[in-house]
Amino acid sequence: MNVNRRRAPVGAHYGLREWLAQRITAVLLLLYLIVLAGALAIEGRHDYEGWAAIFTPQPMKLLSALAFAALCYHAWIGVRDVWMDYIHHTGLRLALLTLTVLWLLYCLAWCVQILWSV
Amino acid sequence: MTNPPSSRPAARPTIRNIGFADLVHYRLPIPGLVSILHRISGLLLFLLLPLLLWLFDLSLSSDRSFDQLVAVCQGTLARLVLVALGWALLHHASAGVRFLLLDLHLGTDKPAARRSSVVVFAVSLPLALLFALFVFGVLG
Repeated sequence: MNVNRRRAPVGAHYGLREWLAQRITAVLLLLYLIVLAGALAIEGRHDYEGWAAIFTPQPMKLLSALAFAALCYHAWIGVRDVWMDYIHHTGLRLALLTLTVLWLLYCLAWCVQILWSV
Repeated sequence: MTNPPSSRPAARPTIRNIGFADLVHYRLPIPGLVSILHRISGLLLFLLLPLLLWLFDLSLSSDRSFDQLVAVCQGTLARLVLVALGWALLHHASAGVRFLLLDLHLGTDKPAARRSSVVVFAVSLPLALLFALFVFGVLG
């Protein structure tokens, strides 16, 4: 392709950051799933006390909140791609994109509130 | 005077995206099936996120709400939704690992990509079945 390298064409690198972020957050989520599975395996009690004990330590709250933030970012990129692929009406797409961001932020706040109420 | 062109150029073929009606006849290769199910499972997990958070809230708020959660999960519809969620997570995660490997240029030739897509189903479907048996109380 004959592209002038000195001039950044419009849209160059557009999407690369999202592409990378989606993969990094995916790895983080897989690691969190492993940590959670490990914590469940170590915790012997299969009742409320055991389940709540997993999320009581501050580091686990922070780790869980970070994992949920990673989930929100991951979901944002994925859902954004879905809207961009199938919703061609500009106004509707913009509305869905906006609602997705607001909704994910709401869910993040909700998750933090749940975690710190234990 | 020059002769007029003997034949007109053939009409350019119109190339369109496939429509919904074509989807029924379109035989998707297995890697394609893994891919579209990755998208569908991801969207399903996103749409059911409030349900997951509600269940998470019930599970952690108090021992009484924990019992309430156990009661909620006894219903047949609730069990079916849980199984759908479990399958979505298992498929999304295993197909996701495959995509990460492909991004690292591992197994990108056609036979290897086909094999790995079969592996995704071989991992996700039995685990989803196991989870379904657990949810419906068959495993005790």
